[in-house]
Amino acid sequence: MTDQFEPVIIGFTCNWCSYRAADMAGTSRMKYPPNIRLIRLMCSGRLDPTFILKAFAGGADAVLVSGCHPGDCHYIEQNYKALRRFHLLKRVITQMGIEPQRLKLLWASAAEGAIFTNEVTKFTEEIRALGPLNWPTSGDAEKMFAVPEQMAVQEVAA
Amino acid sequence: MSEKIGVYVCHCGTNIAGTVDVENVAKWAAEQLKHRGVVIARDYKFMCSSTGQELIQKDIKELGLTRVVVAACSPHLHEATFRTACKNGGLNPYLCELVSIREQCSWVHTDKAAATEKSKAVVAGGVERVIWHEPLEPLLVPIHPATLVVGGGIAGIQAALEIADAGYHVYLVEREPSIGGHMAQFDKTFPTLDCSACILTPKMVQVGTHPNITLMSWAEVEKVDGYLGNFQVNIRQKARCVKTDLCTGCGICQEKCPKKVIDPVFEAGLGNRKAIYTPFPQAVPNYPVLDKENCTYFLKGKCKACEIFCPTGAIDFAQEDEIIQVDVGQIILATGWDLFDARRIPQYGYGRFANVYTNMEFERLSNAAGPTGGKIVLRDGVTEPKSVAIAHCVGSRDENYNKYCSNICCMQSLKFAHLVKERTGAEVYNCYIDMRTPSKGYEEFYNRLLEEGTHFIRGKVAEITNAPRIPEEEGKLIVQVEDTLIGKQRRIPVDMVILSCGLEPRHDAKEVGRLFGISCSADGWYIERHPKLDPVATMTEGVYIAGVVQGPKDIPASVAQGAAAAARALGKIQQKEVSIEPVRATVDQDKCSGCRICNNLCPFNAILFHEDLMVSEVNPALCQGCGTCVAACPAGAISGTVFSNEQVLGQLEGLLLLNVKRLEPELV
Repeated sequence: MTDQFEPVIIGFTCNWCSYRAADMAGTSRMKYPPNIRLIRLMCSGRLDPTFILKAFAGGADAVLVSGCHPGDCHYIEQNYKALRRFHLLKRVITQMGIEPQRLKLLWASAAEGAIFTNEVTKFTEEIRALGPLNWPTSGDAEKMFAVPEQMAVQEVAA
Repeated sequence: MSEKIGVYVCHCGTNIAGTVDVENVAKWAAEQLKHRGVVIARDYKFMCSSTGQELIQKDIKELGLTRVVVAACSPHLHEATFRTACKNGGLNPYLCELVSIREQCSWVHTDKAAATEKSKAVVAGGVERVIWHEPLEPLLVPIHPATLVVGGGIAGIQAALEIADAGYHVYLVEREPSIGGHMAQFDKTFPTLDCSACILTPKMVQVGTHPNITLMSWAEVEKVDGYLGNFQVNIRQKARCVKTDLCTGCGICQEKCPKKVIDPVFEAGLGNRKAIYTPFPQAVPNYPVLDKENCTYFLKGKCKACEIFCPTGAIDFAQEDEIIQVDVGQIILATGWDLFDARRIPQYGYGRFANVYTNMEFERLSNAAGPTGGKIVLRDGVTEPKSVAIAHCVGSRDENYNKYCSNICCMQSLKFAHLVKERTGAEVYNCYIDMRTPSKGYEEFYNRLLEEGTHFIRGKVAEITNAPRIPEEEGKLIVQVEDTLIGKQRRIPVDMVILSCGLEPRHDAKEVGRLFGISCSADGWYIERHPKLDPVATMTEGVYIAGVVQGPKDIPASVAQGAAAAARALGKIQQKEVSIEPVRATVDQDKCSGCRICNNLCPFNAILFHEDLMVSEVNPALCQGCGTCVAACPAGAISGTVFSNEQVLGQLEGLLLLNVKRLEPELV
């Protein structure tokens, strides 16, 4: 690999539309950068805001939230709930000192492999240009990873 | 970490191995994820082959694996395969996790080193996730053998008959006084020109007399509770003011009733009915309905002619609506369509010019049982038109109204052209955008019309006016249209214009959909589970759609869908019980604070609130597993199987390589 900064992007997709859009991109052999790693949820409505914060805390440089188009949700209207949380989270992360561009929302139907591909490519390039996520209080990188991990363990134990 | 995890990395021939160094991924997993419980990591050419599956089964038995991670294709392709393999190896199928390194990795990336690194992260994600998996059993739900069919048009009739003939009970609910739907209004059906009533009424009679069908006309579904296999449905039987057990359907009441009313439904406003009426003579059931809004007794307090003359004393003015509750296992929605309101296109003059007709009006006009006895005449009731224009795509394929094609209008317009020509000898002009005649025998019918001498003008009608410019246009309706084949504007003076209005979703389709837990597309048609492979099922288990509710279609297609929906319902009835995926939410009642935030988030009304205990509970049979409530619960009292917080966060840690990073910081 070159010296170029390679961001790590976590993508949350719903089981019905956006994960299938990613499937579609695959079966159509479309190409996008390998920086994104997907987590499949049943619905974008399942997206607990904590997941996004944990992703940033754990070292992700950006997070993609993806679901069915408004009106097409498999669970009728739960993607609207994801939309509400998305807008709220944009503000929350900004207050935390994270550039709001690091959180992206993408509606993609199961047929929209091309849209998924294009948007992921675009997003990766944007984040690459933006550089690594720097917490305002960031110090030792090792410390940064350790803290969220302990947090995760605590919550699991609870 | 007490779990023993097996990791299996698939080559998929060269599909994965071409871009990902699979041996390296397996080796890495065995070494770097050992402390997370990985006891074996293998790579194999085709994991989904029987040898691949046997590999897993052998390891489960010999190494005592408690968790399995397969890194291969998309879970949508082979999740079931590997779950079954685990089950056959003696492991609970839900302790297996399939992560995709094909559709989401090898097929979309080109850099082999980067794809290999990503695959490692994906495998780590799977391992961290699978640790938190729980053994689950699919939910078994008994299927109530009765079925509810909503809508008694041809699709609903077909569905009801198929199920009833197979020996199971059907409740058929129809909003209007009689079943038959739009098809009962037609005179002829394309392309064979069979008489609509001749093919439909025998089926209606079959429905009416079938021992397995409970027919509820003049009734509407009001409330639906429950889930696949166990729905409780409240049906409002609207008051007919006629005791159906006494009524013989003799028709004397309709004869004696002094009040004539324009019939806007069955006669499309062209004909009359009485205040007590059956919409047409062959109505099923044959009991009349009393229209309280127009009945002289209800308006003025006296008359009662029907009661006086009824030979069996069946009239009951005091009758009230009744709520009937039925238990059914499955529901078929065949609620049909509404006609596009031609008044919305003012330049076509419908409602302003007497001799501009809608297609449904023309159906009644040409029907031998219609208001004119099948004579095609102008609004004055006597004059035969000498020239008729038919405007296609009224409200369809139009950015301003509906973008979709209404499917039936071309053929219907051809049928009209044929009927006009045959019965009046008038000149007929078809103004079309494109001729669409794709089904069996349809193109032949079009050719037949071409030979019959109907004029075809390729162009959308711009305006219909009564303002003449030349003496020949005097007293005529003038159709302004651009003939795009010759590139000229034309003004065609005619006596009559028929607007081929498109099909629209029922005005209340959205509310009805919500009642049954299904959703509408942007156009308003109900969304099928899959547009090609599952056109009659919906996203709500146990609710099927048939006919035009799914999208505009003709009679043969509606019948096919009615039968298909019935076959789907029968399949489930035959199984007696069905297993459903255990992706469900549960509330820990000790943690629940009773805030009720989750209650309104559930689109399936699966969350009950116990007022006495002040806690919420999820009904596992209603829950579809979206997980919105899990994410929303401020107390963390709701957890979701298969997608628990621990599982998702575990996967997240794995994907970010948090648990291996410290061992080897220079990785990635």
